[in-house]
Amino acid sequence: MAFVSSGYNPDKPMENRISDIGPRKFDEFYPEVIKNNKGKWLYHEILEPGILVHVAESGDKIYTVRCGGARLMSTSLIEEICDIADKHCDGKLRFTTRNNIEFMVDSEDKIAPLKQDLQSRKFAGGSFKFPIGGTGAGITNIVHTQGWIHCHTPATDGSGPVKATMDVLFDDFQDMRLPAHLRVSLACCLNMCGAVHCSDIAILGYHRKPPLLDHEYLDKMCEIPLAIAACPTAAIKPAKVDFKGTELKSVAVNNSRCMFCGNCYTMCPSMPLADKEGDGIVIMAGGKVSNRISAPKFSKVVVAFIPNEPPRWPQTTTVIKNMVEAYAKNANKYERFGEWAERIGWERFFDICELEFTHHLIDDFRDPAYYTWRQTTQFKF
Amino acid sequence: MAKHKTPLLDQLESGPWPSFVSDLKQEAEKRAKNKKGLELQIPVDVVEDLLGVLELSYKHGRTHWKHGGIVGVFGYGGGVIGRYNDQPTMFPGVAHFHTVRVAQPGGKFYSTEYLRQLCNLWDFRGSGITNMHGSTGDIILIGTTTPQLEEIFFEMSHNMNQDLGGSGSNLRTPADCIGQARCEFACYDTQALCYDLTMEYQDELHRPAFPYKFKFKFDGCPNCCVASIARADMSFIGTWKDDIRIDAEAVKAYVGGEIKPNGGAHAGRDWGKFDIQKEVIGLCPTGCMKYENNKLTINNRECTRCMHCINAMPRALRIGKETGLSIFVGAKAPILDGAQMGSLLVPFVEVNADDDYRAIKDVVEAVWDWWMEDGKNRERLGELIKRQGFQKLLEATGIKPVPQHVKEPRSNPYIFWKEEEVEGGWERDIDAFRKDHMR
Repeated sequence: MAFVSSGYNPDKPMENRISDIGPRKFDEFYPEVIKNNKGKWLYHEILEPGILVHVAESGDKIYTVRCGGARLMSTSLIEEICDIADKHCDGKLRFTTRNNIEFMVDSEDKIAPLKQDLQSRKFAGGSFKFPIGGTGAGITNIVHTQGWIHCHTPATDGSGPVKATMDVLFDDFQDMRLPAHLRVSLACCLNMCGAVHCSDIAILGYHRKPPLLDHEYLDKMCEIPLAIAACPTAAIKPAKVDFKGTELKSVAVNNSRCMFCGNCYTMCPSMPLADKEGDGIVIMAGGKVSNRISAPKFSKVVVAFIPNEPPRWPQTTTVIKNMVEAYAKNANKYERFGEWAERIGWERFFDICELEFTHHLIDDFRDPAYYTWRQTTQFKF
Repeated sequence: MAKHKTPLLDQLESGPWPSFVSDLKQEAEKRAKNKKGLELQIPVDVVEDLLGVLELSYKHGRTHWKHGGIVGVFGYGGGVIGRYNDQPTMFPGVAHFHTVRVAQPGGKFYSTEYLRQLCNLWDFRGSGITNMHGSTGDIILIGTTTPQLEEIFFEMSHNMNQDLGGSGSNLRTPADCIGQARCEFACYDTQALCYDLTMEYQDELHRPAFPYKFKFKFDGCPNCCVASIARADMSFIGTWKDDIRIDAEAVKAYVGGEIKPNGGAHAGRDWGKFDIQKEVIGLCPTGCMKYENNKLTINNRECTRCMHCINAMPRALRIGKETGLSIFVGAKAPILDGAQMGSLLVPFVEVNADDDYRAIKDVVEAVWDWWMEDGKNRERLGELIKRQGFQKLLEATGIKPVPQHVKEPRSNPYIFWKEEEVEGGWERDIDAFRKDHMR
């Protein structure tokens, strides 16, 4: 493995340097039909789950076949995607915001061979490489964060719980039987590198043990004032500790004030929170980002904690499956998950979904908490 | 023969959904075979070790990745996230395993030629593992070593006309919806505006000068497919001011059952015959629609453009012609002080490419000036607005308060009057007061 230079000269880093050129310009990559009809689309229709047609003023049509994909993706798979796009789609394709892959063709007769090709491709382990679906009143791909594959602060994994959940929800990926579309998202800690907090159903990794204190290294690794300032509840204070007979500068944590956000660990690597028993999953529900009918909403915590159960997180996927079934059975047409819960009342929601209501679910974080308590005689028994 | 046994991960190979474990395994095998005959610049068994360390996390219930170190390319303060493993002896291949963020093209459209070039580079100088895409929108290349970073950047910038994305206290890589490229609902060209602002603010994107991260997202309509209103410090959401265009014949076709409602989105169940009263008129949040004598009318002045009727009958109803966008500010995830939704700052602005989007950039720059001056370290824009008040944001941007800015007026009278707003000012003479009021 000999080092191969790209031409970069480390002694003269500014020599021939190109910077600030930004991304490639979007229109370089448009399929021909899109180039010709941009801004002039009339309407669209979902022909069958996963297959859309968009019709332009000119009469031109573009057919899209949408496939799910794990966002964690190898170059082997990307090259396979390229092979498919070269064969069927004149070498163009796109990805959606929710990690789906879209193959587009310009005439209806090109759909069947494309579909057949996509459906025939499976991984050695037996799973589909390119399942078709994710449209309309169904469940599309889960957006998610890194988790244990590449992040330093997660309280759960990303790809694993997503695979387990999508396996359980797979029928609804390929169907459109729900009252409206249902978006599931996962964030492996509350930094939420994604819009998990406004999802119909959110899977959130959370810690439950206060940070460990690595006193021996804390003052060497961290700026103590920054670690103290990072705490939103002022639970951290400076402390002098005795370490094997030497007095060291460190911090003390008032554990009862800790809300396990992990912001201290972000600022100070000597305060890790991760713990097998402490870490697990919070289920949130009823959020949305669309302005359709009702305003965008935050998701609400409906299950305070489920342990991490790798590799398939069975309790988590069971709770989610039950919630989806309850929603499918009880909500009105066009009603999003959160709109349904609000219409029937959250007290009824817990009944129907057979979820236990515990003190953890009552907000006690600062002023907004008050606005979530019941201040009317109107409630259901 | 796999380098590490992965009995837990192996259980994620079954089931219909694409298995990332199977994919990682095929990549490990590809590297071992190295059919392209590449002089691999990072260890051949990186993917084996990645599987190994993930298996260990499945056993321990904890991550094995350490805090990022400070690595990057010369002159940039973002785009690369340092990543080190905490079990380097067991998994030497991934001991140093940095992330490279690559600025994605608008709408995430690609040519296979481009993607193949990217794959070749990443097979040669990295792990061959990516995210398509990261949550913010970038192409994420997962796993390479420090000596490769400048090489990757050099090859990207010289051979691929491609730059890195944002990370750290920078403008993060802006992201957009598919917009006018393939959507009839888009009220402006999201990709054109996203690209223009991205290019205009390259300095802010690559060199950290902000109190914290800052995100732009561009949604073509109030359906908000890129979730801008929930997660962008500044979101640009398409809207219109005039009337929804009605095709009366198509309305009849929906009523008559000739066209499936909502673009066929509900085809998986028999919901019965389409009922325009119940499904459209009755669900309109403002009650501004009527269907009488087989005729649909909309009182557009009362419409709040929620998109429901247009979504439900896309062939009959179209967005208006006087289009533009609304600007929302301050959305963020919960860390630290709770989640915030974007708040409306500019109800309507035209999207004018001819004057270089000046009206939009004026708002962006006024907001940044204020945030960079008054924002504390690691304080998001939304948190600053909460701390100093919405009025301060209006002052900083010179935007006139209008009722559209609030859901409802305040229910407490604790107004911070300014001295110049009160007749006679605040300086008063206590002796003059005491002439009329004995102690």
